[in-house]
Amino acid sequence: MTSRIGRWLLTLPPALFLLVFFLAPSLIMVLASFRFPGDYGGLAPLQANGQWQLTLETYRFLFSDFIYAEIFLKSFAVALATTLACIVLAYPLAWLITRSPKKHRDVMLLLAVLPFASNFLIRVYAWMIILGPQAALSRGINQGLAAMGMEPVTLLFSPVAVLIGMVYVHLPFMILPLYINLDRHDPALLDAAQDLGASGWQRFWRVTWPLSLPGIYSGSVLVFIPVLGMFAIPDILGGTGDILIGNLIKEQFLGTRDWPFGATLSILLTLAVLAFVGLSAWFARRGRTSHG
Amino acid sequence: MALLELRNLTRRFGGVAAVDDVSLAIEAGEFVTLLGPSGCGKTTLLRMIAGFEVPDAGEILLDGRNIASIPPEKRPLHTVFQSYALFPHMTVADNVAFPLRMANAPRAELQRRVREMLDTVHLADKAGAYPMELSGGQKQRVALARSLVNRPRLLLLDEPLAALDAKLREAMQHELIALQREVGITFVFVTHAQDEALALSHRIAVMNDGRVEQFDTPARIYSQPANRFVADFIGSTNMLDVSVIEATPGGLRLEAEGLGIITAQPREDARTGQKGCLAVRPEQVGIGHTPDESLGNRFVGRVASLLYAGNVTTYTVELETGTRIEALLSNSTPGGPGFFETGDVVYVGWRHDAGVFLHD
Repeated sequence: MTSRIGRWLLTLPPALFLLVFFLAPSLIMVLASFRFPGDYGGLAPLQANGQWQLTLETYRFLFSDFIYAEIFLKSFAVALATTLACIVLAYPLAWLITRSPKKHRDVMLLLAVLPFASNFLIRVYAWMIILGPQAALSRGINQGLAAMGMEPVTLLFSPVAVLIGMVYVHLPFMILPLYINLDRHDPALLDAAQDLGASGWQRFWRVTWPLSLPGIYSGSVLVFIPVLGMFAIPDILGGTGDILIGNLIKEQFLGTRDWPFGATLSILLTLAVLAFVGLSAWFARRGRTSHG
Repeated sequence: MALLELRNLTRRFGGVAAVDDVSLAIEAGEFVTLLGPSGCGKTTLLRMIAGFEVPDAGEILLDGRNIASIPPEKRPLHTVFQSYALFPHMTVADNVAFPLRMANAPRAELQRRVREMLDTVHLADKAGAYPMELSGGQKQRVALARSLVNRPRLLLLDEPLAALDAKLREAMQHELIALQREVGITFVFVTHAQDEALALSHRIAVMNDGRVEQFDTPARIYSQPANRFVADFIGSTNMLDVSVIEATPGGLRLEAEGLGIITAQPREDARTGQKGCLAVRPEQVGIGHTPDESLGNRFVGRVASLLYAGNVTTYTVELETGTRIEALLSNSTPGGPGFFETGDVVYVGWRHDAGVFLHD
């Protein structure tokens, strides 16, 4: 009896937190998406002349123009590319850290998260300088291209710059869960695999890789979701054609002040994220049982 | 030709020799145990045979071929690890199939051999289970099946029973003996538990400080220990400091301080005047209220303490000189004349050829 009350008391604070800071705002958003925009932005009154003022207009508008679906797809593509790039970069790094002597590991992990010590915007603006046309990087690349008789390229304000910024900012979120996963692997498993005839590549592919999938899944969720909603990096490093869903939503609330449309977009984004998390959880479970 | 021959094998860690000039020859079909206290080098020796440690000197000959420079995955032998090291993301059947997959065995043959092997270790009904769903004894059997499925020339076992409780350990010992006889593969078993070594092995290599002190059958290791370390490490032993008075092919005459002359079994390398110790097993020591004339070496003393273990009782008898002798008495006749109380005056003695002289 007391243990049941105790369990209730323990679940109450997180439940309250989710109710106040997730469920209630989401419902407000859902409601806002069905309302009319105000004459000077924001929302029109919910009731006028004794009538409820609700409409499906924003949804009709959203699905009437292919440009929004395109932006959604592009955002997913950028999030996917960022996640894949983070996996490719973080995996060897995390592996290297687990293989380092114990006394070096803490320093290496600290270096991996050290960029967080400086302001996010400053770090992104730094990339503006690094990728800028006057920087050594651009000049070097373009000299090389010119030598081969090819047209010069601009790094800054391009999809490449957006991707570089996204990967740079989110890489630690992939390194940490992967490191935690790889560090937990029993080294005896690799000895056993080798003893039973597995070459270096087979040991990785048959033992290390399948066992590290849960780490890859958690890292992917931690990278994919924030990248999907990110607007600051495309704002700063991207060109005019690099608008992602995050920029679009921000624009509705702060620019054109069409709140109902912004609410509609962000609800769809939330649903897309939930679908992605659900799918990856399903894959993670399936991966565990099918990788036998 | 021996199946496995180790020649002057040495491995040093930071100047300290973990394995020091070890030479051993193991025949095909043998069950050999490397026995010794922790840190004696037995695991390092095993890891060198498996290929995980590279010897600093010496040769490892398998079927007459030096394999010292061949990597572990290319050696025709397998190891059963202390932690079993089963792959947690694979079913029992996939764990067992692993070495066959690595060797690119044809699918039909792979399935047949996995099924046969699981039958051999009585786990056919667990083929689809994951390691985390198995008991300790079942994990042990999966590890054995996985290591035996592609019929290695040699199976190395690194304290595989250490993690099991006492009852299960004994059951697994019987299973190991039966399994080894069934598959006919040479086993090299590492343990620090002497009872396990005595029960399982055809031959035991007793190791200490990186060296092999004695390599012989369990019975000879127990009854004819080569030196003080072996006598002391295997079983419990009464040790008396003695010097040799007379050495003949018929037997030894030794003098123990305060106890007079004691006879012991002959030993070729014993020389008059040599100092050493006399080892007598507690179960060789007779104890009674009256002296037993058939025992060549007899002494009188008082029961200082006794340890009742159910099947046997160990009496510690203190002689007049202060020397303590342990006598082990079977409790097969409860209430019979074999029982003594602390403080009883008793006669202890052993046959003229029971003791073994071990020179220093």
